[in-house]
Amino acid sequence: MKVTVFVSPKTTVLDPQGAAVEQAMKSLGHETVESVRVGKTVTFEMSGEDSPEVRSKLDELCDGLLSNPVIEDYRFEIEEG
Amino acid sequence: MKVAILQFPGSNCDWDAEHAVQDVLNVPAKRVWHKSGLPAETEAVIVPGGFSFGDYLRCGAIARFSPIMLGLKEFVEKGGQVLGICNGFQILCEAGLLPGALVRNDCMEFRCLNQSLRVENSNDRFNQSKFGSAISLPIAHGEGNYRADETVLAELEANAQVLLRYEGNPNGSINDIAGIRNQAGNVYGMMPHPERAVEPHHPCQDGLPVLDAFLEPIRKNNPIELSAS
Repeated sequence: MKVTVFVSPKTTVLDPQGAAVEQAMKSLGHETVESVRVGKTVTFEMSGEDSPEVRSKLDELCDGLLSNPVIEDYRFEIEEG
Repeated sequence: MKVAILQFPGSNCDWDAEHAVQDVLNVPAKRVWHKSGLPAETEAVIVPGGFSFGDYLRCGAIARFSPIMLGLKEFVEKGGQVLGICNGFQILCEAGLLPGALVRNDCMEFRCLNQSLRVENSNDRFNQSKFGSAISLPIAHGEGNYRADETVLAELEANAQVLLRYEGNPNGSINDIAGIRNQAGNVYGMMPHPERAVEPHHPCQDGLPVLDAFLEPIRKNNPIELSAS
């Protein structure tokens, strides 16, 4: 199965990258754009099938390594096959 | 050997830290590779600056899982004293040995300058009577913007855990925080580089009293007593 982890800066944490990108978007004329946040995605293949055990392992992985709970939120998607 | 200086792939202030401690301050020091254990005779640890593991994922995120970090955690639990400088500070935060996290500078620029700092009355060792109220030290970082939630920040301030604050904030750090300690008082972290301010040809020598204060307990062969605040 294919796993995609989405990591984004917490809404309460200042995101200088998002602010700079928002500024660039506005300077290109996209005045209606707001609240830009820049995060990252991590994709990987994993053997096994979607199950509560696998999801709990993924939480462990996301909380410890792939994201820092002090400044980031995460969610993941699992694609079977 | 008294001071262990941890080396991760991408550490680049390890030799400077060793030079400052051993050659300038005359305290025996040794660089220790991250895959080793922490030597049994270690009396203090410096986690030096650099770009451990290329800063991939987040600064310090991968170094946190290096084998030597297990030994470091035990060392801290036993009251051993640790100083994290720049990337070392980021690693200690990622490892949960210091509260908060360091994110991208709000100016989006890498900041490299001799920075004016205000010294706080933190505890017996790191305070204005040792350094004076104002010092300057080199900074060189892209991710030195200290962040902590309101509760953690309130605790830091209430317990006088802030060591140094920026005069003229270079990176957007909350409450101008440049360096902190843990509540127990044995783990220190700072973005400025005291090891780059110890020689007459350096921009200043204000790093000497900072490192000296950190090394004071082991110089006296008298490890620090932990206090609750």
